Parts: sequence; C-alpha cells; structure tokens
Amino acid sequence: MLKDKYAEQITKIFAKYPDKRSAIMPLLYLAQEHYGYVSPEGINEVAELCEIDPTQVKSIAGFYTMYRETPKGKYWLQVCTDLPCALVGADKFYHDLLDYLGIQDGDTTPDGLFTVEHVMCLAACDRAPMLQCNFRYVENLDMEKMKALIEQWRAEAAAEAQASSD
Amino acid sequence: MPNILLRDQDVPNIGTYEVYVQHGGYEGLRKALSMSPKEVIAVVKDSNLRGRGGAGFSTGMKWSFVPDVDGPKYVVVNADESEPGTFKDRQILEKNTQQLIEGALICAYAIQASTIYVYVRGEFWDIGFQLEREIEKARAAGWIGQNIGGSNWSCEMYVHWGAGAYICGEESAMLNSIEGKLGQPRVRPPFPAVSGLYGRPTVINNVETLANVPPIIVNGAAWYKSIGTEKSPGPKIFCMSGHIAKPGNYELPLGKTFRELIELAGGVRGGKKLKAILPSGASGPLLPGTDKVLDTPLTYEDVAALGSTLGSASVIILDEDTDMVWATLKMIKFFRHESCGKCTPCREGTYWLEQRLKAIYERRATRADVELIESVAKQMQGKSLCALGDFATSPVLSALKYWRDEFYAYVEPVKTTVRAPARKAVPVAMAGD
Ligand SMILES: Cc1cc2nc3c(=O)[nH]c(=O)nc-3n(C[C@H](O)[C@H](O)[C@H](O)COP(=O)(O)O)c2cc1C
Ligand code: SF4
Repeated sequence: MLKDKYAEQITKIFAKYPDKRSAIMPLLYLAQEHYGYVSPEGINEVAELCEIDPTQVKSIAGFYTMYRETPKGKYWLQVCTDLPCALVGADKFYHDLLDYLGIQDGDTTPDGLFTVEHVMCLAACDRAPMLQCNFRYVENLDMEKMKALIEQWRAEAAAEAQASSD
Repeated sequence: MPNILLRDQDVPNIGTYEVYVQHGGYEGLRKALSMSPKEVIAVVKDSNLRGRGGAGFSTGMKWSFVPDVDGPKYVVVNADESEPGTFKDRQILEKNTQQLIEGALICAYAIQASTIYVYVRGEFWDIGFQLEREIEKARAAGWIGQNIGGSNWSCEMYVHWGAGAYICGEESAMLNSIEGKLGQPRVRPPFPAVSGLYGRPTVINNVETLANVPPIIVNGAAWYKSIGTEKSPGPKIFCMSGHIAKPGNYELPLGKTFRELIELAGGVRGGKKLKAILPSGASGPLLPGTDKVLDTPLTYEDVAALGSTLGSASVIILDEDTDMVWATLKMIKFFRHESCGKCTPCREGTYWLEQRLKAIYERRATRADVELIESVAKQMQGKSLCALGDFATSPVLSALKYWRDEFYAYVEPVKTTVRAPARKAVPVAMAGD
C-alpha cells in the first residue's frame, strides 16, 4: 500500500497544495515507482488518497506520456527523434538501436530488460543523439557507446538477479 | 562582457547558495524588500524586460495587472521547456539555480504572493530534486518562509513535476495541471492575473525571464536598457541546434544579427551552405538563409518584420542538404502528438496535415494534396483556444512559401478532373472521424 510505504512523502506532498486533487500527479509517480507502472490498484489508491473518483485519476494518467499504463522493460529507453535530434542522425540511431536489440518500435526485449520508444523533444538538442533511461538523460550517444551501455546494463541486471536468488 | 544569465560559464558552481551569495547573490531581493511592492513593479516595467517564454510580453506590465486583494496569490515559474530546439531554461535550472529562485522571490514580493510553484517538465526529474535542495538552502537562510528578511511578507516555494505534455507549457494548461485537472488550456478571460491558480490572482513567468530580475533590481532599469535595443532590451540566451558546428547556448545582447550568432556557434556544420533557419523552434515560421535574413537583428520586432518570431530563441539551423518536406513532416508530427484535442480545428487539422504530408513524403499523393495542406493550415489559423493551433500551421505555410517546388517534386502532376474528388474526399472523411 502506498500510504504505508510512502507515509512521510505523502504527507509532504499534501502539504504543498491547498487542494487534495493537486496531489494526483506526484502520487501517480509514487504509484508507478511502487507497482512498476500505473496499475489499477495504484489508480484506486491515488483516488482514495485524493478523495476523488478513480476514473478521473485514470484520465490524468492517460493524458501524460511519463506515466506508464503497461509494464515496461527494466530499462525504459526513450530516444528523442524530434527535428533537432533528427537533423544530426537520431532516426538512424533509433533504428540501429532497435535492430541491435532485435525488436520493433515500442517493443520490449523478450528477456524483459529493454523497452525502446521514440519520443518528442527532451530539451537536450545540443547533445544529440540522446535518450532518457528511466528518467535519467544519456547524451552525446553513438552506437558504439550504446552497445557498451547495453552490455553494462545487462551485467547490472544479471548481478541483481544473482544477488536476489542467493 | 560577463554573462548575466549564463553565469555558470564565468563562475564555477554559481548555482549553489554558498557560491551565489559570495558573488552578490540575494542583493536584489534585499533591495526589493527595502522598496514597496509597487516600486519594484515600476522598476521592472521601466526596464522593459519582455517575457522570454515566447510571447515577449512586458513583464512589469503583467505584474501590474494583479489586483491588490487579500487572500492567497501565486507565482508559477514556467520550467516546462518543451519547444523543439529549446534547452536554455535547463541550463539556468541546473547551473544558475539560485538566480532563478531569487528572481521568483522578487516577483512574489512584488505581487505579494503567498506561494511559488516551479512547474518543471517531468523529464527534468533530477534537476527538480536539485532545485528542491537549493530551495531548502534559501529557506534555511531566511529567504523563504515566514516574515522574509524581517518584513511582514511570508512566502513558500515548491517544485511541481509535469509528466510529459508540451501543452502544459501553455500557461492556463499549466494551471489546470497543477490543480490536478487535465492539462488543457482555459478559455480567457478571465486572465490568470485576476483568476489563475485555484481561482486566485497568479503571475506565470518563464525561467529565463525571472533570471533577469535580480540584476535589474540591483543595477536599475537604465542599466538594463543600455543592453540590447530600445524595444528589445537586455541579454538573451540563444539555443543553437541542428546543422551547426558548435551546438549549445549562447548569451548575447538582443540586436545582434543572425550572421553574428551563427558565426559565434562555429558556422554551418561541415562547411555546408545554409538553407533555412527556424528562429523559434517548431513554433515559428521557417526563414530562408538569405543575406537579408542573415543581416537582420535578433529582436522581437525585426524577426517579426521578416514574417517569423523570435519566440524563445531556439534557433535550429538547416543546411543545404535538408529535405524540407521531411523537416515539415517532422514538425507536424510533433504538433499532432501534442495537440490536447480540445478544439476541433487543431485536433483534426493536425491529424490531416500529418496524414497528407506523410502521403506526399511517401510519394502517394498528388499536387492536389499540396494545395490541400495549405488550405487546411489556413483554415486552422485563428480558430483555436490556444496558440498551438496556430503554431502547427507555420511549418506548412512557411515551407510552402519558400520551397513549394520541393513539395511538387514529390507528387505527380494531376489532371483537373482528378483534383476535384480528391479535395472533397477529405472533408467527408473528417466529419465522420
Ligand atoms: C503550446 C504552448 C507551449 C508553451 N510552452 C512554453 C514553455 O515550455 N515554457 C514557457 O516559458 N512558455 C511556454 N509557453 C508560453 C506561456 O504560455 C507563457 O506565455 C509564458 O510562460 C509566459 O512567461 P513570460 O511572460 O515570462 O514569457 C507556451 C505557449 C504555448 C501556446
Ligand atoms: S489549440 Fe490545440 S492544443 Fe490548444 S487548446 Fe485547442 S486543441 Fe488544445
């Protein structure tokens, strides 16, 4: 339950606003962190905390691109392919990345590690090609750097899996 | 000249409270607190600082519209920065954080606001937390909270993260978003200065606008007006991207020319010839890379006289090899994705522009489609609730104005008999959509 796990954070969030409804967005981020995506349970809990109807919370979640409505890969890679990035090769970079992972636009690798999507401008146009991995920017990329990162993330995930099975 | 906004380029770690106060930080707020709120507004008005979020509206004037009433008033800092090609506010938020906090506080004092919300685009996740840490330092130093600087004015400051929606950069959509409603623009009037956040008087300013305020208060309006031009005073950050040798942010006084700016950023990448300039991201009309354009001063009025806008000064450079149909389609895809769907002309118009442009780009179209996108774009103009509906038309109309033949080159010439039904077909499909 969000209200037990994040009790202190939730109190702080409500203190920021004169109206409970304003807490929907920050609480949706907590729900996403807890459930891995904005799950039906998450929606209901946020609605209960904000004392509003779950369908309203669901419509807010659906309006924004940063709330995941379905589970994503462990590494959620969002590549900017908007005009400024595309002028310096972001489209090719995006397709090379998909090919390298052997998946299609928006898909997740079968091992559940990587989801690759293309997104609109991320305000990093001077450091293209770039992507956002789970809310962190990775900039000035090329495929060589990307391959090294993918290996690093695979090793990281394997080490975590190992540690949790021990 | 030392940078006034990109001070991180001159002073390492200026964004942290400790370093900021060693370099004159909070002198502006201290001075403002010794003045009456009305006097503060008068100085900002006199400086003729114009909003850096795109529209270039007088900041002092905007503040003066807030009525002198009891009860809560709000300042909302627009840190949603989502215009393709714009990454200036990010540098201020990350590297000159305290100057923004101080500017927002001076604004809040001037309108006697009780709370400041900084609306940070969700993708600036870590930057938002860093901003929160600097806010806490300012609070610990007594600049935020109760009875600030010994005055009887109290004010809080919070960060609110967006979650990925360009439209929330539009000020009234931003207010709805903070209120936990759908991030769609509101009908105006009433204007936010009278009835904004939670129905209370509210000022919304861009990050860069507010970063200008502390030096204005410290050095005075006359000093500020000595920088830039009469109608467009002050320094401005130009975001250089696309086919440019040295992409990045450049601070210049307003009034330098496109040529000077491009030279400063190393010229067109790979020594190529310049084809086109987008002076204000995807939202302002394209300009051809002619001598006339290159010698135009970068001011609100001069760029407007060319038929484009200075906007947020996110300058995207397109070289001679750029396919203008491709570039136009990219921009339309952006607007189709970001239209909030509230108004029919914008929602349906962006959909059909993308659909027909894609057909042109994929060589599945006819000349009639080129005329059609022009007519759709023209019919969208001035028919929507917010400026996005107009922004979306500018790539199409400006590309057709200067590079029409490139569009024709993608399509086969058609006989008039084919043209008529093709024109009719689309409006019918639109209505049933
Ligand atoms: C679709 C749309 C998107 C906008 N996005 C931004 C933005 O990301 N940042 C910004 O400061 N202003 C943006 N604006 C302009 C704001 O509505 C508003 O004019 C601005 O924040 C006012 O601040 P200023 O007077 O300091 O420029 C946008 C406007 C529209 C119509
Ligand atoms: S013009 Fe477009 S983005 Fe603006 S309110 Fe209407 S539908 Fe929404």
